[in-house]
Amino acid sequence: MMLLAAPAINIDNAFLSGILGLIAFTLVMTVGVMYATWYERKIVARMQYRLGPTRTGPFGLLQPIADTFKLLTKEDLRPATADFIAFEAAVFAIFIPALMVFVAVPFTADWYISAIPMSLLYILAVSGLSFIGFLLAGWGSDNKYALLGGMRAAAQLISYEIPMILALVAVVMVTSTLDVYQMILYQDTVPLIVWQPLAFGIFLIASVAEVERPPFDIPTGESEVAGGVFIEYSGIRWSMFQLSSYVNMYAFALLGAFVFLGGWEWPFGTDIGWGYQLLLTMVKMSFFIFFYLLIRATVPRLRVDQLMSYAWKVLIPLSLYQIVTNGFVIVYDLPDVAFLLFSGLGVAALVYSAAFIVKRGEPRRPLTMVPVRATAKAAPPAPAVAADVVVEGAAT
Amino acid sequence: MVTEQHDRSLEVVDIPINMGPQHPSTHGVFRMVLVLDGEVCKDVIPHIGYMHRGGEKLMEAMDFRQGIGYCDRTEYLAQFSAELGYVMAVERLMELEIPDRAEYIRVILTELNRLSSHFMFMGAFGIDAGVFATSFTYAFPQREYIQELFEEVTGDRLMYAYFRVGGLAWEVTDNFVQRVHEVLVHTRQGLRDLDELLTKNEIFMVRCQGIGAFTADQAIAYGLSGPMLRASGVPWDLRKDDPYSVYDRFTFEIPVGNHGDVYDRYLVRLEEMRQSVNIIEQALEQLPAEGPIVAEKLPRRLRTPPGEVYSKVEAPRGEWGVYLVSKGGDKPYRLKMRSPSFCNLSALREMCIGQFMADAVMILGSMDIVLCDVDR
Repeated sequence: MMLLAAPAINIDNAFLSGILGLIAFTLVMTVGVMYATWYERKIVARMQYRLGPTRTGPFGLLQPIADTFKLLTKEDLRPATADFIAFEAAVFAIFIPALMVFVAVPFTADWYISAIPMSLLYILAVSGLSFIGFLLAGWGSDNKYALLGGMRAAAQLISYEIPMILALVAVVMVTSTLDVYQMILYQDTVPLIVWQPLAFGIFLIASVAEVERPPFDIPTGESEVAGGVFIEYSGIRWSMFQLSSYVNMYAFALLGAFVFLGGWEWPFGTDIGWGYQLLLTMVKMSFFIFFYLLIRATVPRLRVDQLMSYAWKVLIPLSLYQIVTNGFVIVYDLPDVAFLLFSGLGVAALVYSAAFIVKRGEPRRPLTMVPVRATAKAAPPAPAVAADVVVEGAAT
Repeated sequence: MVTEQHDRSLEVVDIPINMGPQHPSTHGVFRMVLVLDGEVCKDVIPHIGYMHRGGEKLMEAMDFRQGIGYCDRTEYLAQFSAELGYVMAVERLMELEIPDRAEYIRVILTELNRLSSHFMFMGAFGIDAGVFATSFTYAFPQREYIQELFEEVTGDRLMYAYFRVGGLAWEVTDNFVQRVHEVLVHTRQGLRDLDELLTKNEIFMVRCQGIGAFTADQAIAYGLSGPMLRASGVPWDLRKDDPYSVYDRFTFEIPVGNHGDVYDRYLVRLEEMRQSVNIIEQALEQLPAEGPIVAEKLPRRLRTPPGEVYSKVEAPRGEWGVYLVSKGGDKPYRLKMRSPSFCNLSALREMCIGQFMADAVMILGSMDIVLCDVDR
């Protein structure tokens, strides 16, 4: 199959080609992740009246490299009471599945490491492995915060995997294939977000929870468990955790771009060449990435029970609804518009149902205002100086 | 042989988890041991005293002028309120008459200090709730304008020591009134930003509403004061109920909550900031353009007649009081501070039991404690 370099380079040995592709890919991904952190810091800084990194190179572009050197040269600490095997294995148990996902990802029509016939199944299965690493890290660190974080991570990852997989099952019913490549080809004219908006919404929410980003960063919540499972990790091990977190973010962003936004196929077709296709993929991917960053800067964290009730009481019933209605449309051979109709009803339910199923906040709660009247006589008003002052905008 | 019988029943153990003194959300060196059953707090044991340095005793060893500096160092987010409480106690013993202009400047600075303190609360509380520092960066630039004004007037960013027994240390800058107006523009901007970011945020509401709720009776029984007490529905504000300085010359409103939970404490503080802006504007209008800023016939060496006095002010966190006993001479015989942080913190255990661990963080955040003021 194709190597990750230009399509012209071709090695006959599939095994060798795969290994080379993986190595090349890991290196590319590492640099990509480094610059994802730069992008995130810049974007979030702009949302917060800040500038972000500016001192290292133009626009702070060398900041990720400086960070990498800092992390690499840090002292490698391991708590004396930590379980050696679990502590060390956890890093790899999270890191390796995160990168293995990309084996089956078709970046363009002819850029992929391996063509797996049921690649969607493979991607979901491999990305579901990471919770083992969180449990290992939580247990192996011999720290109560880490343990708490690990338990939270396991519960959250399992809970949110269900609605995400069910939402993708609904898409699989429409496209009748488990191959991401075929799914992209299916979206030749209309991307699946049009036919399956509800599945898209569920996928978007669940993927935020799967990559443990705010508002679902409960396992690592800084103000509660102070970093959760990462609390005892430092230096290169810690940065591998961060790396895999960002790689996961890329993976879900790519999956969303391929399955719902038409990947490199829509709207220009297969024949525009790999360069434009790659660009198209990146643009669609960055929509998801930007969404993850946007909500990071603006929303507070959910509480653990609210997180669970949202998954089990709202997302899972609605994804089941999507599957049932898709089956209805397919069995009775209704036109494609029926997909949109039922799914749109589901989106309305997604917005509405939260009001009844999950406890909602009470907006505009009134305060009682107790007036205080001036009882004493004020000093004679000040002449000139105070009154003549004109300040721009002071009247607002 | 008798094989050993294993007890197969499931043993459930509560985890004592040590939060602090170096935890991101304990606001200083506060330590609490949470006894957790899963995620739910079954017990909370607070440990204080990490910052204790005997401030009260130190102030007994200093003369009345030197003690002002220790008020700053004790309540380091509401320094002017603390200074005001202390100098008022001495002034009351010495029966000094404070000139109007000094009183107005005191009120303006104290209310600005309330604004800066509440901005600090808004920023830190957002982080407790899990907003990634956005509340902080919204609140802090606006707080910085207030801080710059204080620096211009007093020459210091943190330890002002500007209120003196009998008046003020020196005259304010020439463009003081204009500068305050400028600062208020930024303050209003900050209030709008924070209001839009947090108040109607769905997640913020569900996180805050209904947790840590105290009824009015409970709040009074625990001796809470300030926004904590008013959120529980008790309209008690020393500026209204026991007016000191020139507070009886202003018309304003006191926000009182109806539920007593964390969300109401947030709302009360937000509304209090608007009212502070209101008070400052009235004070700027009434401020005499000229006049003395120090009481007449003030001796070079401050000596009080024997006696005892309790003076209290409505600080941003509640009732900040000074109990002063003098046996004559230039030093207090006994000095006791009544700090709102300490009294409010006493309610922590009752509020947290039965709540989630994440809520315990929010409840602690909603108390807005200053650890130095707790430990003194």
